[in-house]
Amino acid sequence: MSSVTASPGFSLFRYAAPNVFYPLAGRMVPWFAALAAVLAAAGLYIGFFLAPTDAQQGDSYRIIYIHVPSAWMAMLLYVVMAFWAGVGLAFNTRLSSMMAQAIAPTGALMAFISLWTGALWGRPTWGTYWVWDARLTSTLILLFLYLGFIALQAAIDDSRRADKAGAVLALVGVVNVPIIYFSVKWWNTLHQGASVKPGSSAMASIMLAGMLVMVFAFWTYAIAAVLARLRTIIVERERRAQWVLEARERGSL
Amino acid sequence: MQWQSLERFFSMGGYGFYVWGSYAVAAAVLAAEVWSLRRRRRAALAQVRAAPAAGRSA
Repeated sequence: MSSVTASPGFSLFRYAAPNVFYPLAGRMVPWFAALAAVLAAAGLYIGFFLAPTDAQQGDSYRIIYIHVPSAWMAMLLYVVMAFWAGVGLAFNTRLSSMMAQAIAPTGALMAFISLWTGALWGRPTWGTYWVWDARLTSTLILLFLYLGFIALQAAIDDSRRADKAGAVLALVGVVNVPIIYFSVKWWNTLHQGASVKPGSSAMASIMLAGMLVMVFAFWTYAIAAVLARLRTIIVERERRAQWVLEARERGSL
Repeated sequence: MQWQSLERFFSMGGYGFYVWGSYAVAAAVLAAEVWSLRRRRRAALAQVRAAPAAGRSA
């Protein structure tokens, strides 16, 4: 193992040191990526070959297998991003802020995919690609929050100051997530209500199974992508650190 | 198997444009992310390789 420069304390906090987390993340990435590929293949097989055509929407409903997973991931990733940004702000831990920075682009892509697939699903079912309804508008705001976070961090040269500014933005934006989730309840929206609630589902079980497998596929993909990006961010930010140069000599970077 | 032919599979009951338009763009976006992750990692490693040798005291 590499020499640990951080002071040894709680075993959990050990992993808060970038030099300890870096190789650990490196071992996790291929497993999550492989899991994502297997789950996506299984989910798409269920969704396209086992699940029947919907009685009302025909085959257009099959967009659900990427629409719902990407929409859920966009919301979940935002909360996780804000959490780590907040931890970085409160405890001044470098790795937490790097984690928030690593999550933002994947979260933005998830928000984009949910909006894009939603538009292509809205056209045949509602007759329009876009409508300024509460669910759609709040999801668009989510995408802008991600983009704002990325732009703000990119605009500030000093990375520690960028982390702090980004954290404030991320934490303020958290209020948007419950608004997205409950928008279909609070307002009279064109978007349908939740198809899956804790304890009940409005979907046929085979369709639900395909969708949930795809949720896990998106989940594992996001973990792989975020960890891979985190490793790169660690190298970018710590490139002058002794442990990076030592790892380079050993060829284990 | 519910699709009698490949043609039927691609037409998705007349919704082919919407269904495949969704999947194609989602796949392209994720592929672009993987590609940009690789590119960014290579650039970061190249930067480290170009740095002066280790052994100096910080």
